[in-house]
Amino acid sequence: MTDKPGLLTVEGICKSFIGFKALDGVDFTVRSGEIHALLGENGAGKSTLIKVLTGVHQPDSGVIKIDGQAVNVRDTQHAQNLGIGTVYQEVNLLPNMSVADNLFIGRQPMRFGFVNRKLMEERARELLAQYDLHLDVASDLSRYSVAVQQLVAIARAVDMSGRVLVLDEPTASLDRHETEILFAILRQLRARGLGIVFITHFLDQVYEICDRVTILRNGKLAGCALTAELPKIELVSLMLGRTLAIATHNTRRDRPVPAIRQFSFKGLGRSRSIAPFDLDIGEGEVIGMAGLLGSGRTETAKILFGIETADTGHVHIDGNPALIRTPQAAVACGFGLCPEDRKSDGIIGDLSVRENISLALQAQRGWFNRLSGREQTVLADKFVKALDIRTTDIEKPVKFLSGGNQQKVILARWLATNPRFLILDEPTRGIDVGAHAEIIALINRLCDDGMALLVISSEIEEIVAYSTRVVVLRDRAHRGELSGDEITASNILGMIAAEPEGASA
Amino acid sequence: MNTRVLPLYATLLICIIAYAACVFQFPAMFSTRVAGNLLTDNAFLGIAAVGMTFVILSGGIDLSVGSVIAFTGVLLAVLITRYGVHPLIAFAIALLITTVFGAGMGAIIHYLEVPAFIVTLAGMFLARGLCFVMTTDSIPIDHEFYAMLQGLFYRLPGGGRLTFIGLLMMVVFIIGIVMAHFSKFGSYVYAVGGNRTSAELMGVPVARTTIGIYAMSGFLSGLAGIVFSLYTSAGYSLAAVGVELDTIAAVVIGGTLLTGGVGYVAGTFIGVIIQGIIQTYIVFDGTLSSWWTKIVVGVLLFSFIALQRILVFLSLKRTTATSGG
Amino acid sequence: MSRLNTAALTKAMPQLLSLMLILFLNYLAFPGFFEIRLQDGRLFGSLIDVLNRGAPVIILAIGMTAVIASRGVDLSVGAVMAISGALAATMTVSGYPVPIVILAALGAGLLCGLWNGILVAYFDLQPIVATLILMVAGRGIAQLITEGSIVTFNEPGLIFFGTGSFAGIPMPILIAALLLTLAIAVVRRTALGLLIESIGINRSASSYAGLNSKLLLLVIYAFCGVCAALAGIIIAADIRGADANNAGLWLELDAILAVVVGGTSLFGGRFSILMSALGAVIIQAMNTGILLSGFPPEYNLILKALVIIVILLAQSFSSLGGWAFLKGEFRSKGANRQ
Repeated sequence: MTDKPGLLTVEGICKSFIGFKALDGVDFTVRSGEIHALLGENGAGKSTLIKVLTGVHQPDSGVIKIDGQAVNVRDTQHAQNLGIGTVYQEVNLLPNMSVADNLFIGRQPMRFGFVNRKLMEERARELLAQYDLHLDVASDLSRYSVAVQQLVAIARAVDMSGRVLVLDEPTASLDRHETEILFAILRQLRARGLGIVFITHFLDQVYEICDRVTILRNGKLAGCALTAELPKIELVSLMLGRTLAIATHNTRRDRPVPAIRQFSFKGLGRSRSIAPFDLDIGEGEVIGMAGLLGSGRTETAKILFGIETADTGHVHIDGNPALIRTPQAAVACGFGLCPEDRKSDGIIGDLSVRENISLALQAQRGWFNRLSGREQTVLADKFVKALDIRTTDIEKPVKFLSGGNQQKVILARWLATNPRFLILDEPTRGIDVGAHAEIIALINRLCDDGMALLVISSEIEEIVAYSTRVVVLRDRAHRGELSGDEITASNILGMIAAEPEGASA
Repeated sequence: MNTRVLPLYATLLICIIAYAACVFQFPAMFSTRVAGNLLTDNAFLGIAAVGMTFVILSGGIDLSVGSVIAFTGVLLAVLITRYGVHPLIAFAIALLITTVFGAGMGAIIHYLEVPAFIVTLAGMFLARGLCFVMTTDSIPIDHEFYAMLQGLFYRLPGGGRLTFIGLLMMVVFIIGIVMAHFSKFGSYVYAVGGNRTSAELMGVPVARTTIGIYAMSGFLSGLAGIVFSLYTSAGYSLAAVGVELDTIAAVVIGGTLLTGGVGYVAGTFIGVIIQGIIQTYIVFDGTLSSWWTKIVVGVLLFSFIALQRILVFLSLKRTTATSGG
Repeated sequence: MSRLNTAALTKAMPQLLSLMLILFLNYLAFPGFFEIRLQDGRLFGSLIDVLNRGAPVIILAIGMTAVIASRGVDLSVGAVMAISGALAATMTVSGYPVPIVILAALGAGLLCGLWNGILVAYFDLQPIVATLILMVAGRGIAQLITEGSIVTFNEPGLIFFGTGSFAGIPMPILIAALLLTLAIAVVRRTALGLLIESIGINRSASSYAGLNSKLLLLVIYAFCGVCAALAGIIIAADIRGADANNAGLWLELDAILAVVVGGTSLFGGRFSILMSALGAVIIQAMNTGILLSGFPPEYNLILKALVIIVILLAQSFSSLGGWAFLKGEFRSKGANRQ
């Protein structure tokens, strides 16, 4: 396999967006007749790399070669013509149109100036028959399952491009059986000599179908190897950025375990989102939550904070039953949540730093009990100083701040409400090293001050460093808990990489 | 099974029930005379509604329709009556102007990425204002060619008349149906309305399509204006006020999703006919006032929007059930 | 919000300059434009006339500002005006006392606003779709109330709201000024200004911050409905009757235009009620100017169309880093177009 020539090669690709470097000198090669997994956590640079390959973004520097020829991929259309077809995870096809329309839109067979539907549908049937897919091609695509839609998208991409096929999380919403059908087709396409780039967060699938793995981390190439030669635990450590040789010390292990756990969640769950779980948190402890992308981390946070309502289970605070079905209810119980997606769920971009910091406290105080301009300024000044938020002016719209400072603004927003229980979902993602260390120090400080914290993170060393206990998630369920001396990076990695117990759909 | 066709069936059912109920109360309504008049009286509305269907299918809206109809009417009256231009030439000039007008709005919507409603709102003001610039009086059109066109009809069995403008509306609907389902342009319209981003990634020429859609709506509004001028034999700047709302209502009652991507031109025809039936019923009744039309249309509008909302909700629920958050 | 400091003044400069230019043109067309005289205890003059006639649109624009700031739009205000005017006229003719009439008319507007608000906030309908329903049906409802005729009345108590005056100032101006002061005070004294801007800019993030965005949206639309009802009462009182067909016709568009001229983006967020009122005055000054220069009043429409186009062009070129960019980011096109 190694001797095959590179079909699509990128060398030293760099791409920066305002404020941060999404890709930093990445090399990547897809060979003809291989399935190549592209792995990495959110923000590692996977999607940026794909967008550069498919002409959505232009690289700042670096070369893209097809068959050894350097090319400049102008746009998605051009990428298709060059033979690179892409199936995106979300933005897919047109579910409101027929299967045949989806396969042939823009290149329908014509007769007398009209679309020859009969011929188009016949061709669609023939095309899908290659994949052993027999559908009513005249009916709406939305009638079919996500799996079938995915296959139709693949059929379209291969039919139009036919050399390199990029699949972005194709199995994210497929069940076991559907995944197998997809894999059978991928094997068939591999045999036909296509180069397939396969992005996924299911490690088992990587071992099941991929010949080679490339791992990105923080915009850089973290490793590239033949799947057969890379043990799973090493793969996970490459993704989560830990070399097993370095031991990380848990600085918190000497901290007294709180006698009472004030926040108790029993059997909380939501079907198809997260399996029922138990969680008890006491004031003065930090629970770290580890798991790969899609393991149910964010879903847990959303249920705890009432953004999604739980189907099952109940909540007790200080021993009293509590009902948390909206964020307002959660805030009233003294909760706070710094969400994972800062841009769409966190900051109010056009509002100033001052207003962003005041928002949660204001919402809690009610519409008519306004924080005066002076109070807001005092509050903002206090937190800008306390958290070292770097901004020229507290009146500056928060969208102009760097990622790390935006994160601090959201933290400040919650700290202003003086919460008892704070949930932080990936608080250190996409921020620079300095701010990173500051946020970890802050987590420790808040814990010392007697706050209960739940921190979700992809950075294992980080979790090891500040957690009093660690909950490990896998396949949308809480799989285990580590405490005291058990909290080591290798234990966490081991639990994440463990074989699934029984069949998981 | 297919939930997308459900609103269309609902419309058809309502139309049949409404007509049956009318006939039950006023047996005289069951005649080719009434049917013929339904087509004639609503011809301009139907033609404009075909254009609106394409606009709404693409996820947009065109508020300029009524004003463009009035503009065309006034322009024709001025050209024919004041300047002695032959109606056919006047028709060509009017259609050219309205098509360019629509294309201009489409270009602004696409390239400036502004909501369609505000752009077509400006278009509505502009077209209505241009009417007043030409004249504020009602100008009658008295031309032998008009008389000839108005006199053209096919006598239906039972004494009804299928007039030239009624027939023209049917032809426009047929062309509209063919375009929607059997032309590349039609498939692009559905694609843009279904998901603009996907459409773009799949190689649909979004710019050309958007401009084309509004140009087409402009053209059909112009044609509706010609029909309106044949129907009334006059041009008046205050004519066709609120027709844009009637056409939007016809499109939505016809089962087209206001968010775009789903719907049928044929459904719009039924939507127009339902509005016509309500008006005819009111005329037959004699005691009811015409404002009942607005209320009934409003209720229907709400029912269909609610129905669509429920269908979308159900299908979303199904999708999340399979994909799992 | 906009404290009256130099920064706010600089921001308002384009609008102030346009107003001055229009007023100056009016002066050229009609040299007596700036004359104000006191007659029978009431102020008269073209300038007063601009404000007096502009009052209904100012009132509409106050409610519309809140709606647009929340990233919505209310197309039904014209129809709601017709409903409240019709109700006021009909009830007056039936002999109800004026306070009851006013309360009932305002109540009708509140109900209409709540209806819109429920559809937008709780049924998640797009605002333009949700309010379209009432825009279509509203005039029918108004005609249902007046039973299709133009209801005229002679009750001095009600007429006072349209043509009366207090301390020399015509009532419509006084009512508009009062509502304006009240609205600005509420926005400044409570947190509503901040919270409305917050949900207009990012509704999801606002909900994450613990804001009850649904209830807030409901209140915003309800307030807009009440404003429309108030404008409807003034117009009915002014013409001493209710014309369900023509009362408030196209005024929803004037209100939206006033808000846009005032500088609030159609994509929600930062707003200034005072600037929207200024926008309404600019529009009315244009109307009056056209009348004074002897053109038919309908010429306005062309002028308004041009104003919209100029504003759209200005917005899309000045805010390349704003919403145009944000929208482009989700479409690959932004990157494709070279």
